[in-house]
Amino acid sequence: MRAIGIVLAGGNSKRMRELSRKRAIAAMPIAGSFRSVDFALSNMSNSHIQSVAVLTQYNSRSLNEHLSSSKWWDFGRKQGGLYVFTPTITAEHSDWYRGTADALYQNLEFLKRSHEPYVVIAAGDGVYKLDYNKVLEYHIEKKADITIVCKDMPADVDVTRFGMVKTNQDGRITDFEEKPMVADSNTISCGIYVIRRRQLIELIERCAADDRYDFVQDILVRYKNLKRIYAYRLESYWSNIASVDSYYQTNMDFLKPEVRNYFFKEYPDIYSRVDDLPPAKYNPGAAIKNSLVSSGCILNGTVENSILFKKVYIGNNCVIKNSIILNDVYIGDNTVIENCIVESRDTIRANTTYIGQPDDVKIVIEKNERYTI
Amino acid sequence: MVKKEMIAMLLAGGQGSRLGVLTQKVAKPAVSFGGKYRIIDFPLSNCINSGVDTVGVLTQYQPLRLNAHIGIGIPWDLDRNVGGVTILPPYEKSKGSDWYTGTANAIYQNLEYMESYNPEYVLILSGDHIYKMDYEVMLEYHKANNADITIAAMPVPLEEASRFGILIADDTNRITEFEEKPANPRSNLASMGIYIFSWPVLKEALVSLSEEPGCDFGKHVIPYCHERGKRIFAYEYNGYWKDVGTLGSYWEANMELIDIIPEFNLYEEYWKIYTKSDRIPPQYIAPGASVHRCIIGEGSEIYGETVNSVIGSGVIIEKGAVVRDSIVMQDTVIGADAKIEKAIIAENVKVGAGVRIGFADYAPSKYDPKVYQFDLATIGEHSVIPDGVEIGKNTAISGVTVPEDYPDGKLESGGYIVKAGGAA
Repeated sequence: MRAIGIVLAGGNSKRMRELSRKRAIAAMPIAGSFRSVDFALSNMSNSHIQSVAVLTQYNSRSLNEHLSSSKWWDFGRKQGGLYVFTPTITAEHSDWYRGTADALYQNLEFLKRSHEPYVVIAAGDGVYKLDYNKVLEYHIEKKADITIVCKDMPADVDVTRFGMVKTNQDGRITDFEEKPMVADSNTISCGIYVIRRRQLIELIERCAADDRYDFVQDILVRYKNLKRIYAYRLESYWSNIASVDSYYQTNMDFLKPEVRNYFFKEYPDIYSRVDDLPPAKYNPGAAIKNSLVSSGCILNGTVENSILFKKVYIGNNCVIKNSIILNDVYIGDNTVIENCIVESRDTIRANTTYIGQPDDVKIVIEKNERYTI
Repeated sequence: MVKKEMIAMLLAGGQGSRLGVLTQKVAKPAVSFGGKYRIIDFPLSNCINSGVDTVGVLTQYQPLRLNAHIGIGIPWDLDRNVGGVTILPPYEKSKGSDWYTGTANAIYQNLEYMESYNPEYVLILSGDHIYKMDYEVMLEYHKANNADITIAAMPVPLEEASRFGILIADDTNRITEFEEKPANPRSNLASMGIYIFSWPVLKEALVSLSEEPGCDFGKHVIPYCHERGKRIFAYEYNGYWKDVGTLGSYWEANMELIDIIPEFNLYEEYWKIYTKSDRIPPQYIAPGASVHRCIIGEGSEIYGETVNSVIGSGVIIEKGAVVRDSIVMQDTVIGADAKIEKAIIAENVKVGAGVRIGFADYAPSKYDPKVYQFDLATIGEHSVIPDGVEIGKNTAISGVTVPEDYPDGKLESGGYIVKAGGAA
């Protein structure tokens, strides 16, 4: 492909509440076996992008661990590869990334040294499949300066947490408002952009010269009338996980057969780090209904309408409903959990009860001693 | 200079004919095991967990699946700049080209491979056993005894000893005598087919015996070394070890994995078994499904009922189907309302709707009663079973079968349908 990839994975959101304490959003576990950054990385790999930079900043340990080898997404190549760029102190600057545009500016060398004519920039928190080549073709056909992947949301979705765009007949963006107070369009930006590399370098340099740091506010919104900015409409599934609600809902979407088949079975595949865990084990007493179960789980109780991530242990007589149990959680006997998200590596003692509400999911963080045999 | 203290040679060329249609198209070490593994994963994982990072895998019979599985060794961390895993098939020579005619002959034909690593010790393994063993500990034992050869051996019940190569050792564990499948065994220490050789001893024996037809470790190399007074020691092993050479023992070893606390525990943190995972997504258990005492691999979808079974990855068990006491390997589809009991169903099989397997009276196999026994129905990979047929016990099926293959819609117990050339 004629593009390099950049994944913006530095972000954090207060609306992720306690879940963002130990990891960046891009490292949030999704659908049992994946991390949210896997979707952008797999899309890039499947679009034959060979050289990809992941920009990380907030709480990046978990993300770096996930990205410790590039082979899972097939980026372990001599030509190109996977780069992880965290802020560094240099002779010129010693700041954190002060915004997305600043993050790009601090890694301008990567852009300058590449030879591919285009850049695909994608957020690390989107759950979707997309062949970026299609966006690039559209970009070239429209003679656009910047193309933004957009999605028309259903009328009942509150779009005020997204970037909202309006387009003309041709698809050119006439208005762009970030997290509008009042929404008067249901077309939103998915945070995926295609732009010519030289154009990007120029915009980023000009932005930095003005002490501006944000890619959306200081480039997209500011240049919306000056540059030809086009919307590429994404018709297929897309979700992002900027809040606890959207995180919960995105995971629960995978219980729907159409979503599950689309991501798990249809071409192309989504890749992730392989953990070498044994098959899931169903002991007497296990009663599982409408749930996803990942490798390494050992089940002795009842689980309904839930997502069990890797290496979850469910004790005898437990009842788990409408919940998300993250990686490596031990749940002792006779425990009841409903409408909860249980944080990874938790150890929950026997006879515990946690009940959340369907519209107010409870986040369970409980660190106890765990005795392993 | 390249130097490795110990390298491993893994014999993976055998057909394993006693696994019947399961090994019609694949070598035995590449047969699926335990939901997501293949048999060869166990010795390969033992190697890397023991710090042996140079492994030659000797292939001969139907190597495609094995080659694809091993690749460059990434799942076992055996992709190395120096060493790593190397597939060693038989090759043509300027004169005397030959297939591998025996276990030791296969190793002999790869002297140059071994020499290139300047090893001090060579570990000989076979690719068809299920066990966890730290070869490093065995090597220390070998060194402590100043041994020339160390043979891993395990105590077996005396009444079963006549099925094995039996070692008779003195009280220092030095081996004084061998008996191959003795009628009246004088010891219960059975050879596990795992050897550590000091390299000069192995090389000398292989070269001296190079003209021996079908040169074999148990039959030729070990007796040859013994006659010359080499120091041969037995390394006693008391863990779980299973030769999955017959359909019965293969089925049994799989079933043992679903015990609440299995004797062979795959869930241990510090001795992981690695495999090439083709699938990443989690498995889905539908609202109407029932899963009781099973292990299930990645990406499978269960809409029916499974009891006491080992289910591979990517398997679909449709609504109303009941699978009991069976092994279902990866990517197989069990049609709606099928009822299956005591069957081994290999990879990529399509079992039609309403098929009944295993519900019939006992009859011995007409195909090969030594292979197809234990009341199991065995279905080879890529087979197709048409809707609604009934299949009895001790049966074998391989290939795309059609309703015309089943007179009165039945395959009686002991019957078989093995289509020419096997499955496509």
